[in-house]
Amino acid sequence: MTLWSGLFSYLLGLPLGVLLTITKRDNILAAPTFNAVLGAIINFLRSIPFIILLAMLFPVTRAVMGSAIGTRSIIFPLVMSAFPYVARMVEGSLEEVDRGILEAAQSMGSTNNQIIFKVLLPEAVPSLVNGAAIVMTTILAYTAMASAAGGGGLGALAITKGYQSRKFEVLYSASIVLVLLVQLISVSGTRLTRRLDHRKK
Amino acid sequence: MTEHTPTPVDIFDNFDHPVINPNAPIVPQRAQIEIRNLSKVYTIPGGEVQALDKINLSIQKGDIYGIIGMSGAGKSTLIRCLNRLDTPTEGQVFIDGKNILAMSPQELRQTRRRMGMIFQQFNLLMQKTVARNVRYPLEIAGIPAREANRRVKELLEIVGLEEKASAYPSQLSGGQKQRVAIARALASNPDMLLCDEATSALDPMTTQSILELLQEINRTMGITVVLITHEMAVIRQICNKVAILDFGKLVEEGTVDSVFLHTKSAAGRRLFGILPQEDITPPQPALRIVFDGEAAAQPIISRLVKECGADVNILSADMRQLSQKVYGQMLIQRPEDIQEQKRIVDYLAKEGLTVEEVHLP
Repeated sequence: MTLWSGLFSYLLGLPLGVLLTITKRDNILAAPTFNAVLGAIINFLRSIPFIILLAMLFPVTRAVMGSAIGTRSIIFPLVMSAFPYVARMVEGSLEEVDRGILEAAQSMGSTNNQIIFKVLLPEAVPSLVNGAAIVMTTILAYTAMASAAGGGGLGALAITKGYQSRKFEVLYSASIVLVLLVQLISVSGTRLTRRLDHRKK
Repeated sequence: MTEHTPTPVDIFDNFDHPVINPNAPIVPQRAQIEIRNLSKVYTIPGGEVQALDKINLSIQKGDIYGIIGMSGAGKSTLIRCLNRLDTPTEGQVFIDGKNILAMSPQELRQTRRRMGMIFQQFNLLMQKTVARNVRYPLEIAGIPAREANRRVKELLEIVGLEEKASAYPSQLSGGQKQRVAIARALASNPDMLLCDEATSALDPMTTQSILELLQEINRTMGITVVLITHEMAVIRQICNKVAILDFGKLVEEGTVDSVFLHTKSAAGRRLFGILPQEDITPPQPALRIVFDGEAAAQPIISRLVKECGADVNILSADMRQLSQKVYGQMLIQRPEDIQEQKRIVDYLAKEGLTVEEVHLP
């Protein structure tokens, strides 16, 4: 659930993040009005708490995924909630890339596509991976919330079988597994980032 | 890559008039880079900043053209207008006769591929190896991998960094990074190299070696070099022409020799200060010896002592060497004995130096 949600959030969020960055005022595809509008939409989507978005999207989820609840269906509202977050994370990572490098690419006669795919994204990879680790832990937290509203997964296990059935061992063990998962994602994210980053000697 | 350095005969081939005397002065050809009436105004909160004010200049093929000025004089803006990284608010920039401000994006890209550029902060791709950095311009031009790799090897040899091909930029020193940047800039076989304060972040010795490399590239490949700097030493070392910018205005322009010798503008004197002002008063009666580049760099003083048997007391000396010529002034104590003084003056005059008496006020 988490992995699929992550994947789709990135499929939507990454291009948006790129757009957010390159349409800034002195960037390669400057379009300040477009940038402002897109930014406002993203901010709006981000400001809706996940639980509320989940409920608001029930009819849409049902239409798109065939059912409003269940492990598979929850992916839709999860993605809808996460992709604006991803867009902002990606934007942040791309902003970290030295503008001078982009200018050098321009001065060599690169097209905008070449700049995006051969310079901007590759240079931002360590930061993007780091961001992805953070996003995944957030999505994981969301899934736990989603479980309360009928999704499946560990969260559901913890809440329905554990808490609501007063079987506290189930609650605690499921929670511990959740915590371990978050740690795993975090640590492997950091390690991967360090390995990929050639900026340090 | 074998670039044919144009000889005077080749240049003449472009003209209709018959060549009468191959030793005749070279007829001015169309400038490789021409800047007309270039102005750039920035709007900032509180008003406008005139970064460039009606600049007019031309750069010929094969020049090593220096643009110097204090920080904020507009040099960086000027060089960035040459390949349109910055767009001027007024004026035109002609590269090989074509106005880059009127070009389509496609044409602009092609023109940029014929102009290499290096930067003060190197601007290398940090996540890619040296070899892949140098390969980048070839990749975007669609050159197949095998040929690209071969060319990368050649380029790294030109800059002397073959063994660092698999290193990452963060593992290199500043000078090495700039060499990689130069190799990368040369990859697309450009006609000219733009250098935006390329040595300002390097120590003096490294600066020297990078400048020597640029000079070598200009000499063997005929690539025009345009460089901007705030350091006079850089201009002295390799440029043949110089333009001085002051607060966005072009205040002086010409060959390095003439601008150094006969600095007209206040900005020029501030930057060069090569010939001390005439009002330096010596503590005792003195003779001023002026070196204006005509005398060769010989040990004048020691020969003076040997030939004239004179005791020479040097009171002050401010000498510079430009392209194997010596410029400057020296004050020596005027001997009390008139005969000795005459001998000294005659000898120096024979050597082609101007000598004058300096009296105490």
